[in-house]
Amino acid sequence: MPRITARGWGWRHPGRLAWAVRGLDLEIEHGERVLLLAPSGAGKSTLLSGIAGLLDPEDGDQEGELLLDGVPAHRARVRAAGEGTGHAVTGLLLQDPQAQTVLARCGDDVAFGLENHAVPRAEIWPRVDAALADVGLDVARDRPTARLSGGQRQRLALAGVLALRPGVLLLDEPTAMLDPAGAAALRRVVADRLEATGATCVLVEHRVAQWLDVVDRVVVLEPGGGVAVDGPARQVLADHRAPLTAMGVWVPGGTPTPPSRHRPAGQQVLTTEDLAVGRRGLTAPVLSGVDLRLDAGRAAALLGPNGSGKSTLALALGGLAKPDAGRVVAGTTLADGLRPEPHRWRPPELVRRIGSVFQDPRHQFVASTVADELAVGPRRTGASATETAVRLEELMERLRLTHLARANPFTLSGGEQRRLSVATALATRPHLLVLDEPTFGQDARTWAELVALLRGLLDDGTALVAATHDEDFVAALADEVWQVGAGRVVPEPAAVVVGR
Amino acid sequence: MSAVDLHAGAPGVDRTAPLARANPVAKLLAATVLSLGLLLTVDVVTAGTALLLELACLPFAGLSLSALLRRGWIVLLAAIPAGVATAFLGVDSGAVLLAAGPLSVTEGSLESGAAITLRVLAVGLPGVVLLATTDPTELADSLAQVARLPHRFVLAALAGTRLMGVLAEEWQQLSLARRARGLGADGPLGRVRTATGQVFALLVLALRRAATLATAMEARGFGVSTERTWARPSRFRVRDGLVVLGGVALTAAATAAGVLAGTWQLTLAR
Repeated sequence: MPRITARGWGWRHPGRLAWAVRGLDLEIEHGERVLLLAPSGAGKSTLLSGIAGLLDPEDGDQEGELLLDGVPAHRARVRAAGEGTGHAVTGLLLQDPQAQTVLARCGDDVAFGLENHAVPRAEIWPRVDAALADVGLDVARDRPTARLSGGQRQRLALAGVLALRPGVLLLDEPTAMLDPAGAAALRRVVADRLEATGATCVLVEHRVAQWLDVVDRVVVLEPGGGVAVDGPARQVLADHRAPLTAMGVWVPGGTPTPPSRHRPAGQQVLTTEDLAVGRRGLTAPVLSGVDLRLDAGRAAALLGPNGSGKSTLALALGGLAKPDAGRVVAGTTLADGLRPEPHRWRPPELVRRIGSVFQDPRHQFVASTVADELAVGPRRTGASATETAVRLEELMERLRLTHLARANPFTLSGGEQRRLSVATALATRPHLLVLDEPTFGQDARTWAELVALLRGLLDDGTALVAATHDEDFVAALADEVWQVGAGRVVPEPAAVVVGR
Repeated sequence: MSAVDLHAGAPGVDRTAPLARANPVAKLLAATVLSLGLLLTVDVVTAGTALLLELACLPFAGLSLSALLRRGWIVLLAAIPAGVATAFLGVDSGAVLLAAGPLSVTEGSLESGAAITLRVLAVGLPGVVLLATTDPTELADSLAQVARLPHRFVLAALAGTRLMGVLAEEWQQLSLARRARGLGADGPLGRVRTATGQVFALLVLALRRAATLATAMEARGFGVSTERTWARPSRFRVRDGLVVLGGVALTAAATAAGVLAGTWQLTLAR
């Protein structure tokens, strides 16, 4: 179990002017479990890559040194893979479960690292089986990785890391893209494996409450370089609640839950009649017999496990997918002279009436600058140039995007991309907003801004549907909950669900 | 749930059939020999004999007819129009069978058309069988261990094939998102512009994904050492040699039939 030492360490990515990390002095002892906090852009992920030995000093600019038991981290990684000891010095688990799967079958995927470390074949399969058992993944070796849920995939990636018996486990927001059950399972497995192996752990995560039992030390990085705060986990969080909340960390008790609101039922915006929806390539519908009603100024949360059909239903409600059977019916105000089924509307007609926000903001970017991105919708609906400019200014101001007006949407940070994707949907002033996992992977600051913005829209009479796993989001916004599961949707008042 | 699942246990494929379980490199060699032999000539007898012999071998491939058609329709789609076009537009010779303006079908052009169709089918069929009965992971194992291609290249390509399925899903999301943004309903020009943007967005997303995947692979020791072990051994057995020999024999038989019938003629010489 190596000791991690940073002495005046800095790293600048090739082709960049600014240093990602600079002037870092840090010592992490054997077996310590450190939670690493920093505002976005302060170089948390760069530091993890550095410790993982993935930063080759020949590629970028390095200052000072970053050592694992006295050996430069990059050399330590190369040596471990080249010497055939069958062990990795460090193991790295990333955020996106989909992007880390290397091979098509579960057993092969876990074996991949062992092969690279030249472990003899006779030892590989027992170690693969042991690693799968360690992460609680009860699947056959030849199970296709494509058939795993996000949570299972993340545990599979962890098994691939653990099979190499690393002395240091590096976790980069490992639960940010998982549903609550999947996240809890992963946390349990990590805690259990750290207990069993005594490995050192460095964790980057902004939802800290659930990890407090696992970590024992918190290090807060300074955006300009160096360490801002360092100390025992609970004490640091208690002593620095306000500044940590401001940098987007979910400090327990730091994000006040807004008071519940009771909105009078307004005009009917959307109803469904015996609706059935399916996915492309499947013959049987995923959900059927769906009868729902949404009124102006009210918010409905679509809840249910991954794969239950929440996103599929959201697409049908947003007029993006044709129902398998039954109807989605827009109220007279929403339809505004068109026939009632939203999926029959032409795109420019749709975008003026219903705003859809996708789970991955990058899917919906179509322009090369932030300002152009916001102008697309108004232009399509025939708004005048002056009107478009006014709306654009107002939205950029409200969502703190003004300084980014000329930036390319793809180069923005995750929080900025989310704000922009919501802003594009609002630019045409739709009566209904359909959001898919709007708070996925967002830090506390973006979360609070988003909730405030959506509350404002509800007060103005916009109706809202959000597919979500986020219980805080439901508590803060939803009037009703549409519980999705076992092929059905059951509406319930939100107060009942949140109180449970 | 991926839209295109390249690796799922394929329906209609019997993995225990002699040809299906042959080493992928053996199948690849046999198919290559066959294709090369058939590309030398355009004649009905050689291509027809090859196709008949291939069809006779089909029961050993472990492919049901429906599985074959599901994967092979594209070959049919290419073969038939190519033959028809040749029959109408090809060099005329012999008796005129049909004439309409500049289009004419003669005995000579009809024979060329038939030869083209048969050749496309005879070259395509082994390719379809190869793709349908070969798992990409096994192909990579075999290319690296049997054919001794550089493993970094082979494994990177293999990881890439998995991303293809993910990209098909991304494409669908991008299409829906474009409708949500109000794009894509005004004339062919607007459509082309929307589609161009969509391709660009897909490329950006693909590069990001590939970068993350590369990081995950490197973090697990990929690309560092030239020494590597293989969890799944890929061996070239005697029966694999027989598959290659079978391919050679089939090519020789078809060529011999063509030569004996006097129709075999080296294409390159014309």
